[in-house]
Amino acid sequence: MILETQNVDEPLDSEEETSTARRQLRAGTTLANRYHIQEVIGVGGMGSVYRARDLHFPNVVKLVAVKEMINLAPDPLVRRTIVQNFEREANILATLNHRSIPRIYDYFSEEDKSYLVLEFINGKDLEAIIAEAEGFLPEDEVLAWAIELCDVLHFLHTHKPDPIIFRDMKPSNAMINQYGNVVLVDFGIAKPFQVGQKGTMIGTEGYSPPEQYRGEATPLADIYALGATLHHALTKRDPRLEPPFSFAERPLRKINPDISGEFEAAINTALQYNPEDRYASALEMKEALLAVARKTGALSRLPTHTTAAMQSNAIKPIWAFQCEDEIRGTPAIHDGNLFIGSYDNNLYALDASNGEFKWKYATDGGIVSRPLVYDNNVYFGSEDNRLHVVSARSGKVTWTYYTKGRIRSSPRLAEGHVFIGSDDNYLHAVNITSGRAAWIFEASSSIRSTPFVAQDLVYTGCESGDFYCIGFQGELKWRFQAKRAVTSSPWVADNVVYFTSLDSTFYALDAQTGWVIWRARLGKGSISSPALVDNLLFVGAADGNIYAIEAHTSKEIWRFRTEHQVSSSPVIYRDSLYCGSVDGFLYCLEYTTGRLRWKFATEGPITGSPLVFDDIVYIGSTDHHIYALLA
Amino acid sequence: MIKFFKKLFARPETQPDNVTTAPLSEQQIESIVQTQGPLYDLQQLNAGAGQSTGKQRELNEDSLLSITTTLAGNSGNLPFGLYIIADGMGGHQYGEVASNAAIRTMGGLILGKFHPYMFDLPTKVMDESIQEIMLAGVKDAQNIVQHEAPGSGTTLTAALVLGRQVTIAHVGDSRVYVVRPDGRVEPITRDHSLVRRLEELGQITSEEAAVHPQRNVLYRAIGQGDALEPDIFTVPFPQSGYLMLCSDGLWGVITEDDISKAVLQAPSLHRACQNLVTAANTAGGPDNISVILVQMLG
Repeated sequence: MILETQNVDEPLDSEEETSTARRQLRAGTTLANRYHIQEVIGVGGMGSVYRARDLHFPNVVKLVAVKEMINLAPDPLVRRTIVQNFEREANILATLNHRSIPRIYDYFSEEDKSYLVLEFINGKDLEAIIAEAEGFLPEDEVLAWAIELCDVLHFLHTHKPDPIIFRDMKPSNAMINQYGNVVLVDFGIAKPFQVGQKGTMIGTEGYSPPEQYRGEATPLADIYALGATLHHALTKRDPRLEPPFSFAERPLRKINPDISGEFEAAINTALQYNPEDRYASALEMKEALLAVARKTGALSRLPTHTTAAMQSNAIKPIWAFQCEDEIRGTPAIHDGNLFIGSYDNNLYALDASNGEFKWKYATDGGIVSRPLVYDNNVYFGSEDNRLHVVSARSGKVTWTYYTKGRIRSSPRLAEGHVFIGSDDNYLHAVNITSGRAAWIFEASSSIRSTPFVAQDLVYTGCESGDFYCIGFQGELKWRFQAKRAVTSSPWVADNVVYFTSLDSTFYALDAQTGWVIWRARLGKGSISSPALVDNLLFVGAADGNIYAIEAHTSKEIWRFRTEHQVSSSPVIYRDSLYCGSVDGFLYCLEYTTGRLRWKFATEGPITGSPLVFDDIVYIGSTDHHIYALLA
Repeated sequence: MIKFFKKLFARPETQPDNVTTAPLSEQQIESIVQTQGPLYDLQQLNAGAGQSTGKQRELNEDSLLSITTTLAGNSGNLPFGLYIIADGMGGHQYGEVASNAAIRTMGGLILGKFHPYMFDLPTKVMDESIQEIMLAGVKDAQNIVQHEAPGSGTTLTAALVLGRQVTIAHVGDSRVYVVRPDGRVEPITRDHSLVRRLEELGQITSEEAAVHPQRNVLYRAIGQGDALEPDIFTVPFPQSGYLMLCSDGLWGVITEDDISKAVLQAPSLHRACQNLVTAANTAGGPDNISVILVQMLG
């Protein structure tokens, strides 16, 4: 990426250059044929910051922040320095990939101005949140932000090749976005840090540590400033109005007695006068704060009022489509079409982009089975006992296959066969060219679990609690008995099969032999199917929780509490987890921490699972609707 | 005549001394795996072990257990291996008592659980997960060490191989490594040592850690402290290459390069273990040395 700065260096037209305000762009101006300016959202030392709409996305409103730098300096050397500072900010930001750092999309120059196009953070800065809060901010909330700030500082401090010292940690540089997460803004003075180098003295008075006033900027300076920021957030006492380094004279709990002793101690450690007495690194501080959170239970609680208020109006569906009865299942997408079964007995095909009806196919029973699309055919089971195969384009029947019981299992395809369970107690392996059974396997009860195929072996659970591993000829390889039904669909990775049971246990079995590698206890039974990403397993349970469990150790990483049973199976997309709950909400969580990003209310319990494709989440609800939402 | 004997008994001199240690591509590794595949129609474990008091200690305070067999299961004979290394803590009384008691206790508990699958002996049928059994083994070891050798301590690192999975239980600074056929040597356990912790926190570099005066200080050990939380995890057994368990008398003394050379150039696992022990002793042998190498064939 090259910053076009040649225009900036050209002589300025002296008549116009009197004040920044006069030079501000008006709403309605379009920059670089692409960014449609909406309004000024901030004024900085070098120019203004605008909210703009990116016109390259005509169908959705994509907002960006455009940061402007006006070059007013008469001295060419100073002008060049300003451009270099701007370039530096752009280059640093462009290489940083962290969820608490705004993404940089573009930078360019027009006439004597340079522009940086950044992710638009829909939210408020912490300084405004502190000022507007009626009482003190809740400890849980501040603690969660503190942990995120430690995480991003650690990311910066361990940046390669050179550590980055933020140098200006203060409430106004921490934006809280609409999901309640922290985003660090204003990297104007952040500077790659070379050990032993004496940096320039920059940093906001009141938040900076003593040594920064001697021109030393180190990771430990950022830790002090973070401590100062947290102190301000919890006490509402602005350190800029107090003598420097006087935090010890304003003990946290004396001002705000609701703070836990543990949190106070952690902040005091960060605020130590001598750098060597502080946390040795942001990672160490983060771990200390996580220990506080575990002790006070802060992380498992829902975000409180401040963030919840910001979310209430944030989520609107792109489209919604209404069926004549409940949707209890999960959709599938193929070639721009969305397929979903309903308890009005129909399978619907909709245009995924706008929800327009394309066709429907009527069966004689409710459809909970998740459709599967292969070779232009849609495969799905129905409670009319049949496996249906219909053309994905026209919705005309290709063939059907009869079982002797209702089908609630979903089809799985491998090696020219479709595998599906039925309430007739059999697992059916059906040849897709002939539409006939290659073999059937008798289980001890109904099979509602969806089979998983890995390395020529088929895995499925059944309602009596038996779990089977079946060879490709239909022969039993091994059997395992859980104490209650296994409705959950298994997931196999690295030779381990994962599933849950109504006996309140999450199982990890050796996929070749069925030996139990570990068992993790859930609060109640589960019919949710696990998802595996980055060695983390995610699953819902009837106790209302969504759990994240480490796959090699079975250690719980976090749990998120919804208001009712979670039968839905979590789906991971980018850095988010999506999952429905019987409380009627679709939840979007940050999958590494379990923090709520947003939730979307439907009018009925959600039992099916979301589908995410191309940045859009699709979710069916028993309120008869299927919704499409921006992920 | 001598020539003839030499021919008969000498090792082939074509031992490649210019073995390349550059990482192989995944494709090359895959092809190596495939060429090894057809040689064994059944999966089987092969293991070797080596020990030495070292050059500077008078007593061996390390203990070691290595058991390799198969279990009868409904999907055929299943490879079973139990490998444990315990390093009794120097400076404590009865270091060897602690390491020995820990191994005997943990080994006994685990083998007891697998009795019905190994021998025709009356034993309770297993109703726990493998990780639960490993945890129980560590807890029993903790109890017995506190009882039999109060005040002493030991590391305890155990690997239980069952089929294609290996479950590790780990306390202290003995280590489990995966040694890859292309020469990579990767530790899969994390030392419970002060210095390692500082290194993880970015406070000191690995070079500084290697010579740090407090590099032998553990913050977690069997027999020390009341609440003991071992690291327990299950990973796929390395499809190619070796699993190596060793005490710090080995890893603290020779480099990962030395390890991969000693292992990959040896004609057998036992010989590889001897090479490792010799290398550590040649480098001064400051501490007791224990090493186990395990390989999955087929």
